Amino acid sequence: MPDLLLELFSEEIPARMQGKAADDLRRLVTDKLVAEGLVYEGAKAFATPRRLALTVHGIPARQPDLKTERRGPKIGAPDAAVQGFLKATGLKSLDEAKIQRDPKGDFYIGLIEKPGRDAIDVLAEILPVIIRTFPWPKSMRWGARSGKPGSLNWVRPLHAITATFGLETEEPDVVKFSVDGIEAGQTTYGHRFLAPAAISVRRFEDYEAKLLDAKVVLDPERRKDAILTDAKQLAFAQGFELVEDQNLLDEVAGLVEWPVVLMGSFEPEFLATPAEVIRATIRNNQKCFVVRDPKTGKLANKFILVANIEATDGGATIIAGNERVIRARLSDAKFFYETDLKTKLEDRLPKFDQIVFHEKLGTQAERIKRIERLAAEIAPLVGADVAKVTRAAHLAKADLLTEVVGEFPEVQGLMGKYYALAQGEDASVAAACEEHYKPQGPADRVPTDPVSVAVALADKIDTLVGFWAIDEKPTGSKDPYALRRAALGVIRLIAENALRLSLMKVAASALAGLSVKPTDAQKLPSDLLAFFADRLKVQLREQGARHDLVDAVFALGGQDDLLMIVRRVEALGKFLDSDDGKNLLAGTKRASNILSIEEKKDKRTFDGAPDAALYSLDEEKALAKAIGEVKAEASAAVAREDFAAAMSAMAKLRPPVDAFFDKVRVNDDDAKVRENRLKLLNEIRSATRAVADFSKIQD
Amino acid sequence: MDASLPAHMRPERSFQGFILALQRFWAEQGCVILQPYDMEMGAGTFHPATTLRALGPKPWNAAYVQPSRRPKDGRYGENPNRMQHYYQFQVIMKPSPPNLQDLYLKSLAAIGIDSAVHDIRFVEDDWESPTLGAWGLGWECWCDGMEVSQFTYFQQVAGFECAPVAGELTYGLERLAMYVQGVDRVYDLNFNGREGDAKVTYGDVFLQAEREYSKHNFEVADTAMLFEQFKMAEAACRKYLDAGWKDGKREAHLMALPAYDQCIKASHVFNLLDARGVISVTERQSYILRVRELAKACGEAWIHTEAGGAA
Repeated sequence: MPDLLLELFSEEIPARMQGKAADDLRRLVTDKLVAEGLVYEGAKAFATPRRLALTVHGIPARQPDLKTERRGPKIGAPDAAVQGFLKATGLKSLDEAKIQRDPKGDFYIGLIEKPGRDAIDVLAEILPVIIRTFPWPKSMRWGARSGKPGSLNWVRPLHAITATFGLETEEPDVVKFSVDGIEAGQTTYGHRFLAPAAISVRRFEDYEAKLLDAKVVLDPERRKDAILTDAKQLAFAQGFELVEDQNLLDEVAGLVEWPVVLMGSFEPEFLATPAEVIRATIRNNQKCFVVRDPKTGKLANKFILVANIEATDGGATIIAGNERVIRARLSDAKFFYETDLKTKLEDRLPKFDQIVFHEKLGTQAERIKRIERLAAEIAPLVGADVAKVTRAAHLAKADLLTEVVGEFPEVQGLMGKYYALAQGEDASVAAACEEHYKPQGPADRVPTDPVSVAVALADKIDTLVGFWAIDEKPTGSKDPYALRRAALGVIRLIAENALRLSLMKVAASALAGLSVKPTDAQKLPSDLLAFFADRLKVQLREQGARHDLVDAVFALGGQDDLLMIVRRVEALGKFLDSDDGKNLLAGTKRASNILSIEEKKDKRTFDGAPDAALYSLDEEKALAKAIGEVKAEASAAVAREDFAAAMSAMAKLRPPVDAFFDKVRVNDDDAKVRENRLKLLNEIRSATRAVADFSKIQD
Repeated sequence: MDASLPAHMRPERSFQGFILALQRFWAEQGCVILQPYDMEMGAGTFHPATTLRALGPKPWNAAYVQPSRRPKDGRYGENPNRMQHYYQFQVIMKPSPPNLQDLYLKSLAAIGIDSAVHDIRFVEDDWESPTLGAWGLGWECWCDGMEVSQFTYFQQVAGFECAPVAGELTYGLERLAMYVQGVDRVYDLNFNGREGDAKVTYGDVFLQAEREYSKHNFEVADTAMLFEQFKMAEAACRKYLDAGWKDGKREAHLMALPAYDQCIKASHVFNLLDARGVISVTERQSYILRVRELAKACGEAWIHTEAGGAA
């Protein structure tokens, strides 16, 4: 079956847009093919700075014929209806229609045969539409045609379209269409500088090979591999090690069609500036990699750049040029750093009076004060020194006003630590300046120093409560203030440091510190708690753990000690993995089911202690006894917060429960006995509630 | 590069030779070579030959040097490449020709940047001027990792869609010349291409000015007067715009250019006030907005003039 080759050749496409654009092109073309009844075998899309390319192979040469029946008017219907039917079906007269017998009255059926079209004609129809409506995040108009309405929008000026369709064994046909005056053909161009001449291509195989000859590596993955391999080798050859950086690699691969990796150096004096600042300077501004000494792990005074040409002088000019720029950038960075060191962090704080954190949540200065107060309150709960915590919260945001952070926002916090150490702050206070932002995501490290923990919790809880108070909660995919991340951060800080604190109390305290008063202040802490429960579920699901157990534990009510919730969930999970657990869950569910049926029937509940005098069977007595023992044992264990022991106690319920259901008929003829047995079932349910609401657990 | 040039005129030896080479190149592409606009402005884009001429259907190709004043960037002559006054070389072509990228690369060759040994790249850069109500898409052009030009396809100017779109190139002249001459400090640029006693450097021409203007911009500029000037320029702009409508009907405008001069003036006065640090963060936004409103009104007047394409 024939293949399609499509290339859209343009001026330089922003690196960050290339990957998605290739995916979009593939998806849009193949979806449309399938919708047109053209089921293809495979498709692959590529992007370079100057082209989007797509190959779709194994497309049927023709669409299948379509046969459809259309119901017409009843026999003897008025002429207008008949004429309408003939027009719609394309039949010449009613003689060509079938007659369908029907008890309500016979009617005509028109058979419409729509012959399939050639796939190349279908392509000629769908491709221009896809190009005209392509979902670029930002697109533009250009040239003389932009003087008239309706001209093409593309990410940057589009210069040529290659579109061929045909079998491997034959000369393919050009898919005939044009967009905004650009005729599809089979001519493309090589590398802008190394091989700019026109190239005539037939199909994907020779296209890719000819581009390679013309110094264009079409596949971004190949470009990345080449860059990474060469960069590692170049570093290794000089006794260094590449500091890998996936995002930078992705970006750099989108800036070149013919990657050439070169190494340059800078004056070793610059290494006195913090390594992160050097790396940010070289990476953000120059899109170059840094290397380190594998023995010490420290940065070396070298950098790796990726050029787009094989220069006739072997790259000497390019290296010298990049070195000049990097030297200038590093001397700026060094200047910023040294300037920053001249001002104490606390002396920067008054400026925060002028900086709005959020229109409804006041200035940064107000926020810092709130965090200070809340952190001091949390400090004793996490075993931190109140004075250090207050100091850390006071200084933690000050680096936002430094030159270096102004230039490189990604080193916020880290610079705070450096500057705090430089002005002689306590090591924990300095660490908290950096660590209070952590953890930033599920993979980020969780701080353990109590000072960092207290400030980190206060920072995140203030954010959460604040945005909850002004009703800026995350919805769907929208979470502009990263509140989900903040909540997950709180969960991890608490769980991984085994902290005991009542979230409701802390949230209420944070709320009291806000100047804005939400309309439903009462509900806010429990709303927020439900949000934490959701985040906990998501986290457990991502870890492959059972997230439904979170509901079973939260359903107990009054649970706002995250650590205890997590512990309960863990213990419950382990218990339910055992046979005892599975059977007890089944028994409890069976008891719950019977109860809910009978409760509905009798329109009452069966609360209250069963009457021992009414027990007639051994199994009843044994169960009643076991329940009594298990309840006592389990609640004692829960009181000790030993959930594993509580679960072991629960396990003892299993044999009597099994025996009970085996031998005892609940719905006894004697109403009193029946009621008593239902009460006993209710006792099973309430005994298990010592650890979780078993009815909320999915099977 | 033109091999017949005498040594002191060569772009890699002389700052003025460098400018002349660019002017000559773009003259050969059919651009009118204008002289700098006689007002203080922050960037070559403010020149009416760009801002206003980018609007309307009439073709327009021009190139010029524009002294650019950025009061806040002054460093008393002590920074090797930051100045409160520097030169931009500006090219505008409307409609943007299909080979504008190639022309740009050829212009680099004309000033001695050979694409066989230099790594020239087009790196995404979306341009926006909040004060002019303008935006466009394009790139910053890199040469061996250094940004040497801005390349923009104007989509909107003064709040109006550009139809057709103009292509705009802006070269930072000092930075490019420093690269081509191989000097690390702008004041060391050879200005006239001569050697020995006859040599004039960029520092000879501008260092004293940088020191004086830095002091003026940061320390002394009369803020009370500047606040007043801003108001006056704003009011004058409005007044000329109102008076310019022919027969009082909003069909033809007769004074777009004088009105726009007042908009340029207001913008520069705002920059001076900003450098003096007397405009707060919140006020800053409102000043930018006020200048933008002027620019938009001037744009509207312009498209009702003859050069703006009004019938």
